[in-house]
Amino acid sequence: MTSCTLKKEERSEHYCESHSSMKIATFKVFRGDINGGAEVEYKVPVEEGMVVLDAIHYVQKNISPDLAVRWNCKAAKCGSCSAEVNGKPRLMCKSRLDDFDLSKEIRVYPMKSFPVIKDLACDVSWNFEVNKKIAPFTPKPDTDWKMSQRDIDRVQEFRKCIECFACQNVCHVIREHDLKPKFAGPRFFVRVAGLEMHPLDTADRLEALKDDMGIGFCNITKCCTEVCPEDIHITDNAIIPLKERVVDRFYDPLKMFFRKIWGK
Amino acid sequence: MTISTIEKSPTQNFGETQRKDFWWLEPLVYFIGLGCFLLYATWAAFQGKNYEWGPYLSPFYSPLITIEWWKFSPAFLILWIPAGFRATCYYYRKAYYRSFFMDPPACAVSEGRKKYTGETSFPLIFQNIHRYFLIGATILLCFLWTDVIKAFNFNGQFGVGVGTLILLANTLLLTMYSLSCHSFRHLIGGCLDSFKCGYQHKIYEKVSCANEHHMFWAWTSLFMVGFADFYVRMLAMGIWMDFRII
Repeated sequence: MTSCTLKKEERSEHYCESHSSMKIATFKVFRGDINGGAEVEYKVPVEEGMVVLDAIHYVQKNISPDLAVRWNCKAAKCGSCSAEVNGKPRLMCKSRLDDFDLSKEIRVYPMKSFPVIKDLACDVSWNFEVNKKIAPFTPKPDTDWKMSQRDIDRVQEFRKCIECFACQNVCHVIREHDLKPKFAGPRFFVRVAGLEMHPLDTADRLEALKDDMGIGFCNITKCCTEVCPEDIHITDNAIIPLKERVVDRFYDPLKMFFRKIWGK
Repeated sequence: MTISTIEKSPTQNFGETQRKDFWWLEPLVYFIGLGCFLLYATWAAFQGKNYEWGPYLSPFYSPLITIEWWKFSPAFLILWIPAGFRATCYYYRKAYYRSFFMDPPACAVSEGRKKYTGETSFPLIFQNIHRYFLIGATILLCFLWTDVIKAFNFNGQFGVGVGTLILLANTLLLTMYSLSCHSFRHLIGGCLDSFKCGYQHKIYEKVSCANEHHMFWAWTSLFMVGFADFYVRMLAMGIWMDFRII
């Protein structure tokens, strides 16, 4: 910066003027808390390879040091910087500015499905409460820990989840209908799928999936898959296979009939 | 620095979103595509005539079942199976929930509706019988393949007409649509935690590969089955002539 005597609000404008050849992006960022707030406009000089999180850091450093944002790795691996950029749930660190039309303003809002603590930081603790209710990995006593790769291939995809909760945020069952007490959400269907399909796991989570986690509320609109930054095929590889297993147990009359006969 | 206060509203109206892209385009295309097919298929099923020409039989009427006491079009004896198969299909569910029920119209776009029970109550709980429609559709596929073989037979002589190729393409696409079905993927190995042998895993992998393109098979087979009926109908009405290749 050329001058440290300028006020924080003025610094950005001054920087922009002194670098007049630089592109300037206009950001409208939510500032507030659970009770409401305001949309504040910031001008940010654009550098090559910049992402939305860089712009938010620029605002924090040069204009509004009290802007709250959660972040950690800046490499799409920690899942901390989930937000809504132009209305779409995504990681700020994975949203490159050259993907946006910079002649128009870019809106950055906190995740809509969770209570706002301050500005862009949300309280996602409900997710951790749901996680605690899932029966953990339960191998047989004296398990022989040999597995074939072909049995593990399926569940490895689910291990990529970084818990950014973008899928939870976009899911209309949570976002629009707020069925949080009855519905666990896509993130936890991914976790359950990883456990249920594990060749050495013996716990039964199907009844909990149907009754406590509300998998029947999911109507397969695939928004969770669309927003996943790790490209996990949440609907096709986790939710639908789980729904099919729930059908096996609770809705397939022939399977129910044969289970009664054979007692399994 | 401009600051504008945001009024916090407890409810959202239909279509409310901050998205700036053409989010409405996808549900609109689904609506037009599925709506046109539904209208045409219903009209064609009600016709009850012009469904066969030479060695060709419209897939809407295959297998052709003629019962004396059945006063309606024979198509209605058949069509409930593929209709049920497609209506309960995991891909079409996404398509029509978005385009017809607006539930939601697109990701992160408000529905403006309060009550929601998903697929937990009547009638949508019946989506769970998709696998039974898969079995029905697979039986129908056997008849469609028989029709393809018949379509090579022109008065006892081998031949290939444009209609033969259309019926072949239609049946191939319908087969791929059935093979890429999520329920089929479950039945051939998805239901197991541990594959019984390497061959089963290989088959599961191939079906999973087809399943990734289930949307493609769903749309192409939908278009082709409608076009196959239309082609046979045009021949039967004498509007089009079938071109013999061999």
